[in-house]
Amino acid sequence: MTPLSSRPASSPVGQSIPHESAALHVTGRALYTDDLWVRTHGVLHAHPVQAPHAHALVTRLHTAPALEVPGVVRVLTADDVPGVNDAGAKLDEPLFPSEVMFFGHAVCWVLGESLEAARLGALAVEVDYEPLPSIVTVRQAIEAESFQGGQPRLERGDVDARLAAAAHVFSGELDLAGQEHFYLETQCALAHVDEAGQVFVQSSTQHPTETQDIVAHVLGLASHAVTVQCLRMGGGFGGKEMQPHGYAAVAALGATLTGRPVRLRLTRSQDITMTGKRHGFHAQWRAGFDEAGHLLALDATLTSDGGWSLDLSEPVLARALCHVDNAYWIPDVRVNGRIAKTHKTSQTAFRGFGGPQGMLVVEDVLGRCAPRLGIDPSELRRVNFYRAGQQTPYGQTVRHPERAVTCWEQVLTDGGVAARAAQIASFNAAHVHTKRALALTPVKFGISFNFTAFNQAGALVHVYKDGSVLVNHGGTEMGQGLHTKMLQVAATTLGVPLSSVRLAPTRTDKVPNTSATAASSGADLNGAAVKDACEQILDRLRPVASERLGVPVDAVVFAGGTVGVTGGEQVVAWGDLVSQAYYQRVQLWAAGFYRTEGLHWDSTRMHGSPFKYFSYGAAATEVEVDGFTGAYRLRRVDIVHDVGDSLSALVDIGQIEGGFVQGAGWLTLEDLRWDESHTPARGRLATASASTYKLPSFSEMPEVFNVALLERAHEDGVVYGSKAVGEPPLMLAISVREALRQAAAAFGPPGTSVELASPATPEAVFWAVRRARGDGGLPQTAPLVEGGLGVVPEQPDATARPLHPRSEQLARQTGAGD
Amino acid sequence: MTPGLRPEVTVNGVGIGLDGTDPATTALDWLRSRGLTGAKEGCAEGECGACAVMVARPGADSGTEWTALNSCLVPAASLDGQEVVTAEGLGTPERLHPVQRELARRGGSQCGFCTPGFVCSMAAEYYRDGRQPLDESARDVADDAVDDAADEAREPGHGCGANGFELEALSGNLCRCTGYRPIRDAAFALPEPAADDPLAARRTEAPPRAAATLLEGDSGRYVRPVDLADAIALLGEHPGAVLVAGSTDWGVEVNLRGARAALVIGLDRLAELRALSVGNDVIEIGAALSLTEVERGLAGRIPLLDKLFPQFASRLIRNGATIGGNLGTGSPIGDLLPALLALEADVVLTGPRGDREVAVADYFTGYRRSVRRPDELVRAVRVPVPLAPVTAFHKIAKRRYDDISSVAVAFALDIDGDVVRRARIGLGGVAATSVRARQTEAALEGRPWTVETVHAAADVLQGEGTPLDDHRASAAYRRAVLGTSLPRLYAETSPRQEASA
Repeated sequence: MTPLSSRPASSPVGQSIPHESAALHVTGRALYTDDLWVRTHGVLHAHPVQAPHAHALVTRLHTAPALEVPGVVRVLTADDVPGVNDAGAKLDEPLFPSEVMFFGHAVCWVLGESLEAARLGALAVEVDYEPLPSIVTVRQAIEAESFQGGQPRLERGDVDARLAAAAHVFSGELDLAGQEHFYLETQCALAHVDEAGQVFVQSSTQHPTETQDIVAHVLGLASHAVTVQCLRMGGGFGGKEMQPHGYAAVAALGATLTGRPVRLRLTRSQDITMTGKRHGFHAQWRAGFDEAGHLLALDATLTSDGGWSLDLSEPVLARALCHVDNAYWIPDVRVNGRIAKTHKTSQTAFRGFGGPQGMLVVEDVLGRCAPRLGIDPSELRRVNFYRAGQQTPYGQTVRHPERAVTCWEQVLTDGGVAARAAQIASFNAAHVHTKRALALTPVKFGISFNFTAFNQAGALVHVYKDGSVLVNHGGTEMGQGLHTKMLQVAATTLGVPLSSVRLAPTRTDKVPNTSATAASSGADLNGAAVKDACEQILDRLRPVASERLGVPVDAVVFAGGTVGVTGGEQVVAWGDLVSQAYYQRVQLWAAGFYRTEGLHWDSTRMHGSPFKYFSYGAAATEVEVDGFTGAYRLRRVDIVHDVGDSLSALVDIGQIEGGFVQGAGWLTLEDLRWDESHTPARGRLATASASTYKLPSFSEMPEVFNVALLERAHEDGVVYGSKAVGEPPLMLAISVREALRQAAAAFGPPGTSVELASPATPEAVFWAVRRARGDGGLPQTAPLVEGGLGVVPEQPDATARPLHPRSEQLARQTGAGD
Repeated sequence: MTPGLRPEVTVNGVGIGLDGTDPATTALDWLRSRGLTGAKEGCAEGECGACAVMVARPGADSGTEWTALNSCLVPAASLDGQEVVTAEGLGTPERLHPVQRELARRGGSQCGFCTPGFVCSMAAEYYRDGRQPLDESARDVADDAVDDAADEAREPGHGCGANGFELEALSGNLCRCTGYRPIRDAAFALPEPAADDPLAARRTEAPPRAAATLLEGDSGRYVRPVDLADAIALLGEHPGAVLVAGSTDWGVEVNLRGARAALVIGLDRLAELRALSVGNDVIEIGAALSLTEVERGLAGRIPLLDKLFPQFASRLIRNGATIGGNLGTGSPIGDLLPALLALEADVVLTGPRGDREVAVADYFTGYRRSVRRPDELVRAVRVPVPLAPVTAFHKIAKRRYDDISSVAVAFALDIDGDVVRRARIGLGGVAATSVRARQTEAALEGRPWTVETVHAAADVLQGEGTPLDDHRASAAYRRAVLGTSLPRLYAETSPRQEASA
């Protein structure tokens, strides 16, 4: 066991404690970015002017009428930008665009003494547009060959030969939808400029360092002139990894130009119409099976809907390709990826980051082929699980594949699946209009940023003379409980009670050059950095204690707020030792650092070992479908999930449950509908409000919801033996979709293969039921075909270039990185 | 009219003046501008509940009921003279309210942004007068969710805790983090309010009186008249005035579409519009009663409405929304109108010339247009009794609760023996207004209630109205579920002889 993962007995780590801010949340005292401006003097408010075209040139921008509106102070346009007019890291996202690239694109921003003045000012701005042709669906983009970025290919073996020899070959298509983050707190920033020109931006951001970078480049400043702070976020889910930067930059620009604080908060409809979402994908596939149902080969082409700019689309696509296998051994694989460029919001990170889309492809393949193979879908999944020693298609050895099996079998047992399957069969035999079904799906999810350089973190831990501890780290709190876990890590490492440790808000002037709090990696990376800082301090305190207690340096133990030796009676209180160390001029603070070892990844070849480890889980979901309407409910969900040795069980279970329900929302009722007509509304998002875009509510909560953490799951080499938890459980919700597919099939004769649109809204399920009954219905995609006459995944042409990230080029140049 | 003293709202026990507040300012923005930033804006249209606060409203038996409302929808001016409690007022981190304590310790908050709203919705249910622990037999039903028999008896996600907590109280609050399970557990773990709980004690006293209010600002005026005569006189002078009761529609117009009015007349506290009377041949429901008040006041007397209410928006919305408002705005997708059509209700309009009655079926003349004259307002609806014995409300929507219907079908059938004597069917979502399915009614009346009749009538029903394609549903789906609605009703009423859809 490595020192990083070994855990002392009865430590704060592992205690099931509430969120560190829970008492502030429930009393309304917890402050979010938009709660700050009412406590700030002289604030100006920003409001955008949004373009009513999917694609157009701005031929005239006349701002003078806005300045006539009482209370309007200034209109910000491209002419005001002293640095680079761009909101992204790839220089393809003009902050103040001259070409409108999606319906609702903000062409300028109005600053007012009140939000009402800014709103009325924005209405008064005159803009002339020259509309241009637009592409609003992935299929249109494919037809027009409108792509952006690299076109990665992940390949192992000889797919064509294996398919030619396979007993069964099926082909099909899948159109899977995107998802709006719908964090309850919309994007928000509050910017100040101090007397020396130092810019201070409070932003609801998962990536303060990149927010700082973008603000600096827009303002033409060095990074040291910009500080970004994030108190906490009212939800992030990936939607605040890249998206906050531009809004922070607009607020900062306004503050530098007016000398007054500027608040920018998007309304819900602005947020939905302007910010990126989960990528929808189009997939074409061919899959070969042997007679026993073993997957032999998968040939697939995945096209993601990137929207108008590249944003994070390349790494999202890479992760999708790396998760097409999910938990299954597929000997021969060829997966091509490409990114459609469409006139929509720039799609971005969302919990799972391409992983869910990749997994959905193989689960769709299995779910549709199982009835045609005559094999129970759960059994088909189970026979294809990875075994020890096998490698993923990208060449990483799958460690701990037995954990997927353990999770699966525990779900079968604890969920009483066999008995319930019999009950379901008799229920279905007795009911003509209502059918039930139960589906199991597994999850294997790679942990670490595919982008190797991001796998580093910093922390700054202060021990004050009185023994109290203040922890800064590079991670942000968005509700996932990272700060709670970091308090537990610091208290455990220092051997002090939780009450001695306090967390400071995340700020770029405390810990610089941080990575996004993303990829589920927050606790792994920052926890190790916090632990490193704490250990440095202990290393300096040990000689002081050794001298005071008269024991060898390496016998000194820090635990429970005291310092002593194991089994020894003589102890000194932590505070007393700290005080003594101060007077001995011992440094009582330390900067911690961590980099994940053992990672290597070549994006160009799509090969290597990009992940520190895999997270495993399994879910069994039972649904009931009403044949009259397609309406359904989740009767019961059983989950067993691997979080290693949990750092904080209440937090981890919350992540699993919440991730599952969010995933169920994506796959069932959350429905992004863009106007595809050729009217002036083309490209407009028709579901741009809470009343039209429906999140799961209490009525979608599973009626019975059992979640267990996998036991004896110590993960060596990770902070206190734990595993990441943020993203993987979302994909357990694929079991909901598969259960709906099976319930729809139950309306038809045995062996019915059901194609189910995504999202599986009641309407989509209704048509699936109709088709299962042989009553026709609206087909959604190309039908499942066995043999050679079906879909043939398109292969890239000669001009397609692979991924070749600048980051990997730089790392190799300097010799840093692996 | 005579406006009261300086307009003022009592928030968490402290009077805060409304002077300087624009009449278009929402209660949420006003509270936040006063530093009470616990309530949040999540959607500004009453869908997410992050802005929920508790307001002291008249309860049954002349007491007070703590009622949760979406503060983003109601004008701050409408709270003049009222008492409001926010999450900050319920407890402090050192002295948590029981609701706050249960949520905090069970992982009921993750990001915490929706939490103050949940706290207020949950606290309102905590203090609900009729809430009491279930007795043992009922408790078994509530506990054993997997058991099939129990299963049919309860609505998913809207169960009731052993402590009498109705989960439906939280149907208007969205959480994007937790998946709701810990919030449910917190709700079901709540005890009875303590004997010395001041908010519990407040319930036994009279509710705050409705203040006559006049608030003027840049955008216009908000006026709360003292009585109906005052309101009618004011409306006569200003026929373009916006009439507002629960503000669940007007608030959305203000927030999302930038609507502003020179004059808003607040009707929601007028006693003349808040009566509920049950007679031998008619039940009259005041136009300004909230749907929650109607639901509790009727206590199941109109079964069709009882089936409708749990599917109508959310508790937070029903606590504000009124029948008068539904009729006043005339949205084609309102769920109430198909039911009122099936019930053959009449609208009572009142104005300078007194009352007049119009059948609901004749009330609407087009998309958001009606026969109401500019100087009239809706005073009540009258539902004739006896009621048809077989009723159903079929709502088709993406989400089971708090969603807008793709299609709504209200049935009121009088089946005598095996013959359909009388059929009244109201449809929503299939035309510019809610409509009666008259051809289908004709295809049913006088015929035996059999599979054959149902299938023939279902074909007719499928052709009623002119459904459209939109983001909620395709026209083909709307037609298809119109077509399955009668077979579904038949299956529900005669479970042993299921008609295939």
